[in-house]
Amino acid sequence: MEQKLIVSPSPHVHSGDTIPKNMYAVLIALIPAFLVALYTFRLDALLITALSVLFCVGFEYLIVRFVMKKEPSILDGSAIITGVLLAFNVPSGLPIWILALGALFAIGVVKLTFGGLGNNIFNPAIAGRIFLLISFPAQMTNWPSTAMAVETTDAVSSATVLGLLKQAPEALPNLQQMFLGLEPGSLGEMSAAALLLGLVYLLCKRVITWHIPVSILVTVALFTGILFLIDPLPQYNPLIHLFSGGLMLGAIFMATDYVTSPLTKKGMIIFGAGIGFVTVAIRLWGAYPEGISFAILLMNAFTPLINTYTTPKRFGEAVKHG
Amino acid sequence: MLKSFRIGGIHPKENKLSAGMAIQSIALPAQVVIPLSQHIGAPCQPIVKKGDKVKVGTLIGKSVGFVSAQIHSSVSGTVLKIDKAMDASGYKRDAVFINVEEDIWEEQIDRSEALVTECNLSAKEILEKIAAAGIVGMGGATFPTHVKLTPPPGMKAEVLIINGVECEPYLTSDHQLMMEKSDEILVGITLVMKALNVQRAIVGIENNKKDAVALFTKKVKAYPGIEVQPLKVQYPQGGEKQLIDALTGRQVPSGALPISVGAVVQNVGTLFAIYEAVQKNKPLIERVVTVTGKEVQRPCNLRARIGTPLTTLIDAAGGIPESTGKVISGGPMMGKALASIDIPVAKGTSGILIVPTLEAKRKAMKDCIRCGKCVQVCPMGLNPTLLMNLTEYEVWDRAEKNAITDCIECGSCSYTCPADRPLLDYIRLGKGKVNGIIRARKN
Repeated sequence: MEQKLIVSPSPHVHSGDTIPKNMYAVLIALIPAFLVALYTFRLDALLITALSVLFCVGFEYLIVRFVMKKEPSILDGSAIITGVLLAFNVPSGLPIWILALGALFAIGVVKLTFGGLGNNIFNPAIAGRIFLLISFPAQMTNWPSTAMAVETTDAVSSATVLGLLKQAPEALPNLQQMFLGLEPGSLGEMSAAALLLGLVYLLCKRVITWHIPVSILVTVALFTGILFLIDPLPQYNPLIHLFSGGLMLGAIFMATDYVTSPLTKKGMIIFGAGIGFVTVAIRLWGAYPEGISFAILLMNAFTPLINTYTTPKRFGEAVKHG
Repeated sequence: MLKSFRIGGIHPKENKLSAGMAIQSIALPAQVVIPLSQHIGAPCQPIVKKGDKVKVGTLIGKSVGFVSAQIHSSVSGTVLKIDKAMDASGYKRDAVFINVEEDIWEEQIDRSEALVTECNLSAKEILEKIAAAGIVGMGGATFPTHVKLTPPPGMKAEVLIINGVECEPYLTSDHQLMMEKSDEILVGITLVMKALNVQRAIVGIENNKKDAVALFTKKVKAYPGIEVQPLKVQYPQGGEKQLIDALTGRQVPSGALPISVGAVVQNVGTLFAIYEAVQKNKPLIERVVTVTGKEVQRPCNLRARIGTPLTTLIDAAGGIPESTGKVISGGPMMGKALASIDIPVAKGTSGILIVPTLEAKRKAMKDCIRCGKCVQVCPMGLNPTLLMNLTEYEVWDRAEKNAITDCIECGSCSYTCPADRPLLDYIRLGKGKVNGIIRARKN
């Protein structure tokens, strides 16, 4: 044999798993929620989502190429996800220039100043949403009525379920409507059913594990459930809390962002419980009706600490031989 | 639910291309090169010199020190020289070169196929025969078997675990040996049970070898104390600590030997060699080698004398394919990539895997996306990405605290990483460094 052999340490095979495969699986899992948004908001949903993706991918390309002077890897899919998630977190009628600012902040500041994918501390889409919410509170809470609602009332804008909880609990829609996503809200957060379908897909494809979403949802259900048992007011109803606002979108798609969540199962559960707790606290006693974004952002900051203090269960640690 | 180990694990494509291929003996080569270091521990001292005549089974390398194993001639002929020769490690080490002349065996070796079940030897005598035959762990670890079967003072074995798992993809030598030599292996088990004075033995076989599970389940009925347990197809099921966990529910503590939970593990190939040594007076002079690969013409299981050039085996499988980029001694998960195929078969050569260039190259590594998949699959419950970082930045105290020395180098982390990070490369480096620091502290 003439040619030289390749010598490298073991293992000599690879699973074939790649970063884009995981990212595109997340995008596929977002399709049901996108279809609901299309049905509810029609062309607005398409426009906002498409532009948000375009802005995120475009800013990433331009900044990596011309500011960081590196080879852009926009095809890894992460900027597309940030774009979709940012779109899903804003009202369907948001002015385009505000959306562009949000994308610039998410990609330019939150993701790339830390070094790009893998190195950012905060979830770019969440940080982008909060940046917009604080900077443009009026536009960011201008919820158009859903297509369903338009047929029955003439309202052009209406309150979200969580808004109603704080101001007019008697006007709440029924739970079934909330589950299916027919109540007003941000673009992609409305249908718990569609988002849960995405969760099932992600779990089957082993893109994420159950630990983060389940610990968030269980914490929210337990926390509000206990309060509801003490005092059965609608604002404590655990089902309303589970199926309203951005909880499902946050728990399934934003909190599970690999980069900004803990590595170990124990860590994931602490992280999820923290998010659930802070979300309910803000919803019930804070100034904002919704708290999931703030909760995720806060727990993102705790992730390095959680990683330092949680170790995986080691072999031989748990079992005493007898 | 099939039994399995409880932490981590992966399921790589099995690719057992040579499954069911009957073991074929290959023709004697013109010359053999027998390395004097084929085991973990001190190399042997050669006791032959140029011009000496040897027979099959003649002792040619004497073990020095406790952890070492005797080396015998695998052919009859004339010693050509004792010189350096490259082995699977890529280093040139002392080896005995023998020109093959005829096939004359030492008289005491029983070459008949008849099964000998009776054994009147004491435990001590069995161990002596195993040591004299130069037997080492045939699964690839090559630890001298008589040492492993001699528990440290104060420790007592309770159960013998037999590794018939063969969890490495591609390899089928153990599987085929189990199908063809089941009785010999079972007698070997009774011999080791006697040597260890244990009443119980469990044969663990991965469930992708259903024929072997069925055969052994049927045959063990004649051997009291031996059980068969099918196991889930999950890598690294054949890891010593993982196998004990799967079969007994006991977990060997960090840094301890299997004997600390009363277990001793032996591979089926080793048990066959023990049978031949004790019942047939035959030293370890040949072994079964799987020659395989996607582009290999005839993937097969070959019985080859120790010292036979790998090229002879590869030729028997149809020659080296044009597309070859890498040749691995062992399986794809833990095997060693060879710098050259001009090396001899050794006691630990379980397989020769020929990989096409397209599959042989690694992809460039990307930044860690902290997906935690390496943490999920680590069968030792370690945090591979952390250990890689700690090694990269040489933070040895934290690497030690995070149990880098527990790593069994199974490669599940690197296999899984979607960012193609060479996790095990770094961890292996860090583990060596930390082990050195620990040793220095003790002295």
